Amino acid sequence: MSTKVNRRRVLRGMLGGAAISVGLPLLDCFLNDNGTALADGAPLPVCFGTWFAAMGYNPGFWEPTLVGSHYEMKPQLKVLDPFKDKINVFSGMQTFLDGRPLATHETGAQICTTGSIPVGQDIDVPSIDQLVADTIGSRTRFRSIEVSYEGVPSSWSRRSSSSVNASEVSPLALYQKIFGPSFVDPNSATFTPDPSVMLERSVLSTVSDQRASLVNSLGTADRARLDEYFTSLRQLEHELDVQLQKPMPMVACSKPTAPGDGPHGQAIDLVMTNGKLFTGLIAHALACGQTRVFNAVGTMGASSVHKVGSEATFHIDTHEEPVDAQLGYQPEVTWYMARFLDCFSDLLTQLNSVREGPRTLLDRTVIYCSTDHGYARLHTLTNIPLLTAGGANGKLKTGYHLTAPGDTVARVGLTVMQAIGLPLSSWGTMSNHTTKPFSELLA
Amino acid sequence: MGEQTSSAGGRGCARALCLASASVAMALACGSVQAAPPNQTSVAVASEPAGPTAATGPTQAAGPAMLRRLSPDQYRQTVADIFGSDITIGGRFAPEIRASGLLAVGAGNESITGDELEQYHAMAQTIAAQVVDQSHRGVLIPCTPEAASTADDRCAGKFLDAVGELLYRRPLTRDELQVQVGIAHAAAVQEKDFYAGLRESLAQMLVSPEFLFRWSDVNGPLGGKGYSTLDGYARAAQLSFFLWNSAPDQTLLNDARRGRLNSPRGLTREVNRMLASPRVEAGVRAFFSDMLQFSCAEDPCLDASFSKDSTIYPRFTPQVAADAQEQTLRTLVDLLLTHDGDYRDVFTTPRTFLTPDLAAVYGVPLPRTTPNGEPSKWQPYIYPAGDPRAGILSEVSFVALHSHPGVSSAVLRGRALREVILCEKVPDPPPNVSFKLVLDTTNPKYPTMRSRLDAHITNPVCAGCHRLMDPPGLAMENFNGDGSFRTRENGVLIDASGALDGKKFDGMQGLDQTVASDPAAPACLVSRLAEYALGRAPAGDEVQWVKQLKTDFIADHYRLPALLREIATSDELYRVEWKGAAVHTTVASAAK
Repeated sequence: MSTKVNRRRVLRGMLGGAAISVGLPLLDCFLNDNGTALADGAPLPVCFGTWFAAMGYNPGFWEPTLVGSHYEMKPQLKVLDPFKDKINVFSGMQTFLDGRPLATHETGAQICTTGSIPVGQDIDVPSIDQLVADTIGSRTRFRSIEVSYEGVPSSWSRRSSSSVNASEVSPLALYQKIFGPSFVDPNSATFTPDPSVMLERSVLSTVSDQRASLVNSLGTADRARLDEYFTSLRQLEHELDVQLQKPMPMVACSKPTAPGDGPHGQAIDLVMTNGKLFTGLIAHALACGQTRVFNAVGTMGASSVHKVGSEATFHIDTHEEPVDAQLGYQPEVTWYMARFLDCFSDLLTQLNSVREGPRTLLDRTVIYCSTDHGYARLHTLTNIPLLTAGGANGKLKTGYHLTAPGDTVARVGLTVMQAIGLPLSSWGTMSNHTTKPFSELLA
Repeated sequence: MGEQTSSAGGRGCARALCLASASVAMALACGSVQAAPPNQTSVAVASEPAGPTAATGPTQAAGPAMLRRLSPDQYRQTVADIFGSDITIGGRFAPEIRASGLLAVGAGNESITGDELEQYHAMAQTIAAQVVDQSHRGVLIPCTPEAASTADDRCAGKFLDAVGELLYRRPLTRDELQVQVGIAHAAAVQEKDFYAGLRESLAQMLVSPEFLFRWSDVNGPLGGKGYSTLDGYARAAQLSFFLWNSAPDQTLLNDARRGRLNSPRGLTREVNRMLASPRVEAGVRAFFSDMLQFSCAEDPCLDASFSKDSTIYPRFTPQVAADAQEQTLRTLVDLLLTHDGDYRDVFTTPRTFLTPDLAAVYGVPLPRTTPNGEPSKWQPYIYPAGDPRAGILSEVSFVALHSHPGVSSAVLRGRALREVILCEKVPDPPPNVSFKLVLDTTNPKYPTMRSRLDAHITNPVCAGCHRLMDPPGLAMENFNGDGSFRTRENGVLIDASGALDGKKFDGMQGLDQTVASDPAAPACLVSRLAEYALGRAPAGDEVQWVKQLKTDFIADHYRLPALLREIATSDELYRVEWKGAAVHTTVASAAK
């Protein structure tokens, strides 16, 4: 096997007469010398992430008074002040139920992440991250990665109701998945395709060949499920294809130190510790071009995140803790909210600290930050706090507070997807359907 | 008979055939590999449009055919049964989807995500490497290659043919076997290792949808009846996963090949064999683990979790969490299988099993060593008369699983009793409701859970559902969030009086007796078990079948083995709705 592979050449793995052909993505072949941009001067590709932490914020304590680019940070968002020019704050928007039953903590989050209330086969839609991954996730080793800071393998990332992406709960497991033995340093001078990977790839192609005979034998719903399997198979084949290519250089890539094999769980200190580890791994994974899409969950709705030794939990406190008459909010609940804002702030800090020439990793990323309820104490579905961070390589203007009372939250998702370049003119269903992005943010 | 498949059909091999060298084809043609049947008669599956839990019209004879994903336990058990229990699986399984109260029903709505397939791929590689390694090949591979450094299609075919039948739960077609031998051949040549070839071919089968999903191959339309019946191999799988939670063994597959499972007599004989096998215990354990939501002990659910605060409950260790599930399963197996007992007694039986770790939570002195000095593990234990504990509801696996991390929850326990044990549905809470007071344990005005819930229930929006959940849940208030016993909360004597649908009682013992005498409890078991077997809610004529099962369960004195036998020998378990539109080009039940 050649130890040096011309990156413009098509790889061929000959195996018993069969050939696997792996064409290199054209764009990746035209990088400038230092890997900070494509050779034609275009910036490195856009990345996308979602950040979700349940329970929202306290009404009156996060919405800027001023609208536009000169907004002020209210107390709860003060921690994001260093990123004021790199984020957008959206207030006043809501989720619409259209008469469908409310699954508390779920429905609001589903609408924020899918623009719809997914109900079986009637409305069965992918989440925003998977829509984005369809466009930008096909050239990386991992189409998307999902992590849960609180040790619960749930996520809002889904292709359909039958195909929900589970979150990784162990930082060490995520490290091994991305930076384990299969990791290839994109900045390495030499590259040797692994014959065993070539063999695995070729063998997998024989499973793909089963598709036609199997899928045709099924009715619509089961066919869709089996199609999802074959989509996953193509994804796995693609991961192996990528391992057979010389990766494009990534100037800011460095292999992180392996995290310890520590516990995971819902004690808040543990959540914060593991969150920091996950955040670091996400930054490294993006910087090394291993994925361009991630989903990070701080805490799902109604979770059992708690302080060690406390009988109550974050969620229980939202129901039970009295509002402090002087402060005007639930102090304990607000403390938990602040911890998850710390996690979000840390995510921005880590991405912003990765310098790629004149820009940072955060600058070529968009993070969509959503939640389940507007006011945790009453579990409301109005005035849902939404944020975006990062500028999508300048395609999304940042540093704005925009308010759209009574509008669907789907407007933010549509804006983000259009900024990334998805050919979408609308998003969402029924009352959450929108054709109105925040066009003032689209560069 | 169904339609004939095209020559290019079958479970495709066009591309894979390119992998195989000409010698493979020659080997097959010359009979050096046992020829599997050609891609024979098609069988039909039409599973649309009803989903796994969809109700269907009253005139429908049967529900839709199911395409079910293997559960993690079924995957593990199948691998252990075929290759031995010392084979390490490696990798991890993603959480399963629960529908209609059961993971077994959710399995009919699950696909496989990219991350999951990556895990399956890793597991396949791990398993296959062990099967062909030096320590296993002598036992698991039925022949020795002429040379270990290259391909041997005859030996490979012998192994792959046998293993393929066990993995796919039906014989491989000739084309399929050609593909598998072709893979083994090509990989062996490349790696210069016969066993590497087998490894790759086996790993391929382990990620195939033929293995990872359970298919419902059927015989074709039955004149005008609106339904079809599962073919022999699908019957074998239906039986085996229901009763053993694993793939069919060779005896079952042989009976399927001979058509014996199609006759009532043959089916009954096989069901009796399976029920007499010790493997039925695995099936019963799997069912109750599913019904009692023990998956939430592994991966926390929103309202059920073994995530406990170790500073509040220092005795609740991961070992206790594992032992707690095992205790309940042992209790159930002992009563229902070993002693063929009355299902209603599971709520009152004083007979159980304990480990020293679990006994510490229960406050029961249990020696950590046996009289001969060996470490003590599981020991039979009988709660003394008058003990507040008896039956599975008082065990840690119920009262702790349905509690918060740091405090008990009458609401979660009451809801679980209604939904898990009695098969009732309690609506989700409405939005914009304050739950103020329920857990403000520091308010001196409301020192106990009862007083806090009483205050809470004054809200008319909440009252409707909480009057269903709270009264039975409060009867379990003598148990802390970790399942340990208590008599006081915040210094105040706990009032554990409760009620269930108008029947009043005191404490866990009263609740146990009330549930045991409630017809809804055994009726719930029957419903759940039927849905577990079908993999979906009953539809059409199956609704009447479930009613009959309930009647018969009473007549059989609530004996689980009798219920298992009746379900397993019912025609309804092997019928699927016939729509006639889709044709499944799988192997049929034709004998090799």
